[in-house]
Amino acid sequence: MGWILPAGASSYAGEIDWLYYLILVITGIAFVVVEAALLWFLFRYRARPGRKARYIHGSMKAEVIWTAVPAIVVVVIGILSSGVWNDIRGRDSVPPDALPIRVVAKQFEWNATYAGPDGQLGTGDDFTTRNQLHVPAGRPVVVMLEAEEVIHSFFIPAFRVKQDAVPGMTTPVWFEATTPGQYELACAELCGLGHYRMRGGVTVHAAPDYERWQTDRGSPTVASTP
Amino acid sequence: MTTSARVGEQRIEAAVHAPAHGHHPPFLRRYIFSTDHKIIGIQFLVMSLFFLLVGGTLAMVMRWQLGFPGQAMPGGGVLPETMAPGGVVLPEFYNSLVTMHGTFMVFFAIMPLLVGVFGNFLIPLKIGAPDMAFPRINMASFWIAVPAGLIMVAGFFVEGGAAAAGWTSYAPLSASPEHSGVSLGQVFWCVSLIVLGLSSILGSFNYITTVINMRAPGMTWGRLPLTVWSLFITAILVLLAIPILSGAVIMLLFDQTLGTHFFLPGEGGQPLLWQHLFWFFGHPEVYILILPAMGIVSDILANGARKPIFGYKMMVASIIAIAFLGWIVWGHHMFQSGMNPTLGNSFMISTMLIAVPSAIKVFNWLGTLWQGNIRFTVPMLHAIAFVSMFVIGGLSGVFMASTPVDIYIHDTYFIVAHLHYVLFGGSLFAIFAGISYWYPKMFGRLMSHRWGVAHFWLTFVTYNLVFFPMHALGVGGHMRRIYDPTQYEFLQPLQPINEVISIAAFALFTSQLIFAVNFIGSWFRGERAGDNPWEDNSLEWTVSSPAPHGNFATTPVVYRGPYEYSSPLVEQDFLPQTVKLSTDTPPAASPAGD
Repeated sequence: MGWILPAGASSYAGEIDWLYYLILVITGIAFVVVEAALLWFLFRYRARPGRKARYIHGSMKAEVIWTAVPAIVVVVIGILSSGVWNDIRGRDSVPPDALPIRVVAKQFEWNATYAGPDGQLGTGDDFTTRNQLHVPAGRPVVVMLEAEEVIHSFFIPAFRVKQDAVPGMTTPVWFEATTPGQYELACAELCGLGHYRMRGGVTVHAAPDYERWQTDRGSPTVASTP
Repeated sequence: MTTSARVGEQRIEAAVHAPAHGHHPPFLRRYIFSTDHKIIGIQFLVMSLFFLLVGGTLAMVMRWQLGFPGQAMPGGGVLPETMAPGGVVLPEFYNSLVTMHGTFMVFFAIMPLLVGVFGNFLIPLKIGAPDMAFPRINMASFWIAVPAGLIMVAGFFVEGGAAAAGWTSYAPLSASPEHSGVSLGQVFWCVSLIVLGLSSILGSFNYITTVINMRAPGMTWGRLPLTVWSLFITAILVLLAIPILSGAVIMLLFDQTLGTHFFLPGEGGQPLLWQHLFWFFGHPEVYILILPAMGIVSDILANGARKPIFGYKMMVASIIAIAFLGWIVWGHHMFQSGMNPTLGNSFMISTMLIAVPSAIKVFNWLGTLWQGNIRFTVPMLHAIAFVSMFVIGGLSGVFMASTPVDIYIHDTYFIVAHLHYVLFGGSLFAIFAGISYWYPKMFGRLMSHRWGVAHFWLTFVTYNLVFFPMHALGVGGHMRRIYDPTQYEFLQPLQPINEVISIAAFALFTSQLIFAVNFIGSWFRGERAGDNPWEDNSLEWTVSSPAPHGNFATTPVVYRGPYEYSSPLVEQDFLPQTVKLSTDTPPAASPAGD
């Protein structure tokens, strides 16, 4: 508990976590230094009879230092952050070989449509699963995110993925799962009465298993079920 | 016409509306439909403390459900079937609680407490004016705020319940009753905010005009107390930001009632437009909710430390810098919204930069305490708590400013922790500081020190027990605004934290009883305060307590700034702004209008 992030399971979880811990250390140091100084001053300069406070209106030198130091620190954090941001969300960040999955959020469920064996969305072999997202490990996936009526937010904590699904927009969000297993998909944007139970499961298959799952699932008999 | 003659005219006009010394207008005009800025300030105080109680009560119901999901709430049986049948909170009612807690706290508690109460009560007194520039508009400002509050409360009693789309009211949920299940409640929410917006606008241009035109002779901009500086800059933000909210809310109301589609995508509307408009208002609003608190704390810290405020000019400059930067950071609320990700980088940099003036203020407060002679009065305890809690709220902001980290913590309890460290740990502690500090000038009596200290420590400890663990919930991925966290497997291990938070929240709420008893009891039985119980330099402490109608018997003349504590020129450790030393020469002319 506390400040430790839960285990990450996507290719860029490590980058995000590293930034988080960097900021945690920097702000942690700032917190300790400032609060310790505050407590020390409160103790050291508590009122005592017959004593007068020092009559001083400021110090240009001190103020320049404590303007410049935080400015440099936050600009450095900003530059490091924008590098990671561009890798994850930048204009050309979606890997070209990413597997497309169309996810439509609606009150209060997630519908994932898969490209099927031909790898193309919008063709006859597409199939849909409800509240269950299946992805392969070790291959980038790009989720084409849509919403039917209100805003939802596609949140897979273990993958460090969160992206709002906005009605009228298709928002691509990509990730690469690293570890096969079961994960949870949550809605992170208040979307009405059933928001709290808009929960989905995420299954990460090892790559060969995923092929098998897709072939089974994509066969015509199964595809016809909603 | 000369400057001083023009000012004189305005003073006379104001004095006509403000009853003169010794003259007692009838009860109704004196206490209910009063044009006296001090009475209006106290009216705002009573109103907003009531809404603080309402907002707090809603939070307690939420905390019950979060700590003990699905269990019958003790005493919950009194609630109707549509809210909590058998005392078990319904999900639709929970969404209303989330929405209305935020709405009441932001618009009807914190904002009027800071701007309505301290803006009204302090500005004329601190600048040496007999009243506001437009006393009747000032009265209208209060009496427009009251129906706005009543309309908001009424939302709970209409079919479908109160608004349930969050205080941020994101469209399309807020605009489409068929998806939110709320129709009239959402309309009431819109109408209430439009009405309240009118009240805020009337108040703000009054403050601006008063500060520019009605300062006493010698009260130059460089001698203005930081409370007045911060309220002045805040009033400018209010005047510019509130019309944007009003415009957006009117569009939302049209979508709900007239069939327009500003924010509904089916007919070509754009949901993100609402978010841009809302946060273009909303981020300046965040600073409306903290700048006056910073001003109040600056004045109380200097007084408690018996030292001049450290770096007065930088303090003023940082208020102005925050107010300016506050306009270009709104996109940081929308990093995960689907907004063009490239914009994320620009908004991240502007957001990071706003940390700089905030840091300057914190260091200057520390500098003020350094080598002081610190008196631990109740207002001072709250002011110190403000500094230490604002540090936490400021530092946690760096996490969400960093766009990649925000991907994970956006819309989680990390944000809830952050915003409460700023709005409760920051603003509300400053409000407690301000109320206990100026209480004697409002009511002529001091609040009890002993009960004040008890209230402070109980509040400080339980407050941290409530909000600090919320960081851990957020780091664990706990989403905001969910009715039942135990629905998710990954949140189940966090449930004990939710229980601890809820129990601490009940203790925090109960602790406020001490404040209520102290506040009401001291009104009648408190120790009588002298004119200047805190040995402060500012002008309001030169008049009797409570401050008389019309404020100053003769227009005060100002010879120095308000922070001349422990000056070597005099024996005592304070030197009021109006004291004329042998070396002082009277100011050539009134500074007003320059």
